[in-house]
Amino acid sequence: MALDALYLEYPKRHYGMDHDRYEWSMLTDRPPVSWPHGKAVAVWFNVSLQHFPLDPAGKPVKLPGSMVMPYPDLRHYTLRDYGNRVGVYRFLDAFSSYGIVPSFAINACLVERYPELIDAVLECECEIIGHSWSMDTPHAGGLERADEAALVARSLDALRTRTGRPVRGWLSPGKLQSANTPELLRENGIEYFCDWVNDELPYRFHTESGDLWSLPLSFELEDRFVIMDNQHSEASWAQQVIDALQFLLEEASTQGGRLLTVSLHPWVLGQPHRMRHLEAVLSHVAAEPRAWCATPHGILDVFKPTTTKAQP
Amino acid sequence: MKDDPGYYDYWPYRSRPTIRWPNGARVAFWVAPNIEFYELDPPRNPHRAPWAHPFPAVPGYSIRDYGNRVGHMRQMKVLEKYGVRGSISLSTALCAHHPEIIELCRERDWEFFTHGIYNTRYTYGMSEEQERAMILDSIETIERAVGRRPVGYLAPALSHSEVTIDLFAELGGLYTCDLFHDDQPTPLRVRGGQRFVSVPYSLELNDTIAYVVNKIEPRRYGQIIRDAFDRLYAEGTQSGTVMCIPTHNYQVSCPHRLKAFEEALEYVTGHSDVWVTTGREIAEYYLANHYDAACADIAARRKEA
Repeated sequence: MALDALYLEYPKRHYGMDHDRYEWSMLTDRPPVSWPHGKAVAVWFNVSLQHFPLDPAGKPVKLPGSMVMPYPDLRHYTLRDYGNRVGVYRFLDAFSSYGIVPSFAINACLVERYPELIDAVLECECEIIGHSWSMDTPHAGGLERADEAALVARSLDALRTRTGRPVRGWLSPGKLQSANTPELLRENGIEYFCDWVNDELPYRFHTESGDLWSLPLSFELEDRFVIMDNQHSEASWAQQVIDALQFLLEEASTQGGRLLTVSLHPWVLGQPHRMRHLEAVLSHVAAEPRAWCATPHGILDVFKPTTTKAQP
Repeated sequence: MKDDPGYYDYWPYRSRPTIRWPNGARVAFWVAPNIEFYELDPPRNPHRAPWAHPFPAVPGYSIRDYGNRVGHMRQMKVLEKYGVRGSISLSTALCAHHPEIIELCRERDWEFFTHGIYNTRYTYGMSEEQERAMILDSIETIERAVGRRPVGYLAPALSHSEVTIDLFAELGGLYTCDLFHDDQPTPLRVRGGQRFVSVPYSLELNDTIAYVVNKIEPRRYGQIIRDAFDRLYAEGTQSGTVMCIPTHNYQVSCPHRLKAFEEALEYVTGHSDVWVTTGREIAEYYLANHYDAACADIAARRKEA
């Protein structure tokens, strides 16, 4: 018994990363970031508006939140749909009452499915982010390049046409990507994506079609991950977000501006028993004088010049 | 396959020869930061898939990279604050990929032990010769990078063969962290007869097991560390115990988690009779002071049985 000799060869054991998508860099080695008005921590809330089809193909992979029971899985379909019918309106009211503007990552199929939902979102000056077509269009290894190219173009076209807003950012469903996703996003006018959660500040991500910004959106603090996967209480989720903010405020006092990103789903936190915990977080953040509530593009607009200055 | 790993005899916790740690400490306390490198596109192992998703496995890869880019410095700062020298379970390819981290730890006199070359290269399916070559490469890589030959082992991704521990002992190792059968060091039977011990490393207090497998809340993680310490500190009045917290810079250092860990460390190191040490120092002290008595006691009990 033995493994192929290849298994004991290490061709990429050299300085830096084992791929050429970005450079190796420790957070503490970078020039300190200054947010507007001397704020210590930028806080970005993203709300994902999603459609989970009743008959998912699940190819090449099935995404978290997808149907799990034998067809027709009415319980999970309707529980997800609840977010678009009820939960999101609670979200909109809550954000508005605390004066915080989130970004919305929107599955483009919702443009045709739920036009009133899109109208409601467009009433606020929020930023719209591409989120593929639905929660059954994963961008993952195994997807043909041409199919993915059409998927990216179709999703962004629908969203840009309907909203009339420049859709500059992208969040892949389930934060998955194929080997081609970064190139396809760049070729479709995307400036930043949120899928690679390997940092707490933006960084340059290389593609064959030019560079993108990677703006990581935390997975570990996501409502769905904490409440659905980890089975923590909604009160614990709120505590964890507040603990994270507190930690970053302290770190920022010696190391320059920090960024807290919070990923939310109306089908998770929009439930009646959970809303007050989202409101507790929004209230805490709104009352924190050292926090700067910002949209992703707003963050990048401030961040980009600071790095250009530092790089010769 | 065997029905028992065969490394040790049954040896009840009661009435063992008493362990006395330096300066009358009740607990030998060590923290083992795993500093790992996972490959984005590792060669395929027939027995275990490295990632949950097809290439590129962005979620799995990127959170681990986060540990090195963001988490390491945070954890190091906290350990330094409480006078803890880390005992690093090192994916030794990191010496090439991220020498800055190695240097930061070397400057602080942290211990390095080997955790294989990459955490995406499993022992499963290797011939004995291949496994020996992998372990030796990892040992020599550390020796070249920091000038001292490591004596501890934790198999990469806890993937083992039947001869993993034998091979490590033959290559000059003194201790392994791969076994979870005890709260005190225990002599291990290796085929070459070397003086070799198991140093308790904890799966239950391992942050990745706590957060990813057991899915506990950050503040509860801090609490279980304190509870474990209280028990081992109390029992340590009878005979010295060992407490290890194995960590991962991509778990414990997340902004919503590090404070709970820090408060637990403050609690543990705030006690007077704690020997804050490293895996190597525990192994060497035990081998020099308690190993022979332990072997004699185990042999006597076997004879009685």
